[in-house]
Amino acid sequence: MSLTKEKMLEAYATMKKIRLFEEKVAGLFAEGKLPGFVHLYAGEEAIATGVCAHLSERDYITSTHRGHGHCIAKGVDINSMMAEVYGKATGACKGKGGSMHIADVDKGMLGANGIVGAGGPLACGSGLMAKTLGTDQVTVCFFGDGAAEQGTMHEAMNLACCWILPVVFVCENNGYAESTPWGYHCAAKNIADRGVAYDMPGVTVDGTDFFAIYETAEEAIGRARRGEGPSLIECRGFRYYGHFEGDAMLYVTEEEKKRNRARDPIENFKKRATERGLLSEEQIAELDSKVAAIIEEAFKFAEKSAWPENKEVLTDVYVNYP
Amino acid sequence: MAARTITFREAINEAMRLEMRRDPTVILFGEDVAGGATLPHMEGENKEAWGGVLGVRTGLAPEFGRNRVLDTPISESAFIGAAVGAASTGLRPIAELMFIDFLGVCFDQIFNQGAKLRYMFGGKAQVPMVVRSMIGAGFRAAAQHSGCLYSIFTHIPGLKTVVPSTPYDAKGLLSAAIRDNDPVMFFEHKLLYDIEGEVPEDNYTIPLGEAEVKREGSDATIVTVGRMVHFSLEAAEKLANDGVNVEVVDLRSLSPMDGDTILDSVKKTHRLVVVDEDNPRCSLATDVIALVADQAFDYLDAPCKMITAPHTPVPFSPGLEDAYIPSVESIVSTVKSFTG
Repeated sequence: MSLTKEKMLEAYATMKKIRLFEEKVAGLFAEGKLPGFVHLYAGEEAIATGVCAHLSERDYITSTHRGHGHCIAKGVDINSMMAEVYGKATGACKGKGGSMHIADVDKGMLGANGIVGAGGPLACGSGLMAKTLGTDQVTVCFFGDGAAEQGTMHEAMNLACCWILPVVFVCENNGYAESTPWGYHCAAKNIADRGVAYDMPGVTVDGTDFFAIYETAEEAIGRARRGEGPSLIECRGFRYYGHFEGDAMLYVTEEEKKRNRARDPIENFKKRATERGLLSEEQIAELDSKVAAIIEEAFKFAEKSAWPENKEVLTDVYVNYP
Repeated sequence: MAARTITFREAINEAMRLEMRRDPTVILFGEDVAGGATLPHMEGENKEAWGGVLGVRTGLAPEFGRNRVLDTPISESAFIGAAVGAASTGLRPIAELMFIDFLGVCFDQIFNQGAKLRYMFGGKAQVPMVVRSMIGAGFRAAAQHSGCLYSIFTHIPGLKTVVPSTPYDAKGLLSAAIRDNDPVMFFEHKLLYDIEGEVPEDNYTIPLGEAEVKREGSDATIVTVGRMVHFSLEAAEKLANDGVNVEVVDLRSLSPMDGDTILDSVKKTHRLVVVDEDNPRCSLATDVIALVADQAFDYLDAPCKMITAPHTPVPFSPGLEDAYIPSVESIVSTVKSFTG
């Protein structure tokens, strides 16, 4: 494993940023400050962080409706993210996309996506670009257990394998498609087993274990980068919040919630890193306060930013429309 | 620029070939676009292979190789979506949706992804892709291989829609579509593939959103597109024998639409007929008539008329299908009803 101390500090900071960003958003939503609705990533931080640790700005990811964590892990500016969730003019998408469509193509983030399973075909496209132009860019397609049952994902996995594209499919199995437990909506015992159907490696890992995810992703992304084709990784985890904010999660028992809390990916990371003497309590405390300041700054930036002008309704539909 | 007579099919092929030669980021994929060409077992026997069901891509795979001319699985969602992803990251893909009726299995990737990406991302992405697709009735292909449906795409903000009627227009418009930085739906009427016309050998483009007056006249305006341009010109010829001079406006692009040319013509002739092979509701025909009613009502000397397919799927039996398609006779009699 290529995990240096710097990488570990960075990974911890990323996971913490995601957690505090989502907690802030949850609070703002409860206060009625945010329009629309938000799908929060808290609980799944180790997945985006462990995978994106192997990606550079030139690599691409496709995301889901639960995309804040992917954005942060891929390096999208946090101020512009918070402003976008508000719908402000300074947002990553000038307030035109909102939480469900945050994107930054320059950072290789091809968009959170409101259509479940839509990212698979898009990932084939950026993968095809890299293959056609002979670059070593890799695309990671994040999708949920709900999306695993969309035809688009099956089509995309088959196409990516037929064309031997540099694409890694990362299934974030948080156990529920909205409120439907995955045992009800998925006929397979393991989503990773579907790799066999398309002749690609398929691995199931603990979605709360940063180290396992990091290691598995390193192999899959390396394989893609070497031109050896796609892989499928299934990360088993959970989300702390509902499908969207306001969902009371009546479909999850208190016992299950308690079990999940005991598997917290950030606490586990902290515990393992400090026990093994890889990071110190002081380093972690320092990062905690740094990250808290970054999130607070993002909140202030979004609050004081202007709303988009009404004329913006009509712009950005086309590059050119006579 | 040297011109010679080639078919509509050859004009489409030539546009793709020349654009692929001048720009290495242009690639082509879809079902059977190579169709066996360059496969080892085809060598010598029939190197060009199929070039697709109607042979439009003949020779492209041998020239550009299978890295730029790719057969796809029968997975329209995957490869149309791949076109969106490739376009937003630096390629200029041409994706071929074999028949437009197959939109039913991939509409999300066109409508929710390709068309909306730029807007949702606040203008920080562009999607320079072309979806080519066959349209039109008269091929005895029944209800799932014969629609026009360009009105559905014209309704969608973010998409451009192009419907060429001649070999010259097909080459120039397809070249423009490939160079365009927005997603373009390019509709090819399968019964136009064999028509011939003068086409320059070199590259050229025709701007999207410019109509062409295919025949000048003073007594009535026919606004039309695609195969119906030829029906309208035939009707105009018959009407001319009876002393009625009809102007035929070929829109060529439906989005953007050249409203000025429509309005100028109607202000001159004071009468409007729209001839459209698509179904009639919320359509090109109703759209053009709404424009004229809104902006040139005072110039009209007669009610606007639309001659379209009926509000039905396309039937199979030859007599029924012929009855479904607008006829030259119906255009002649409609124009006569208010010019006579």
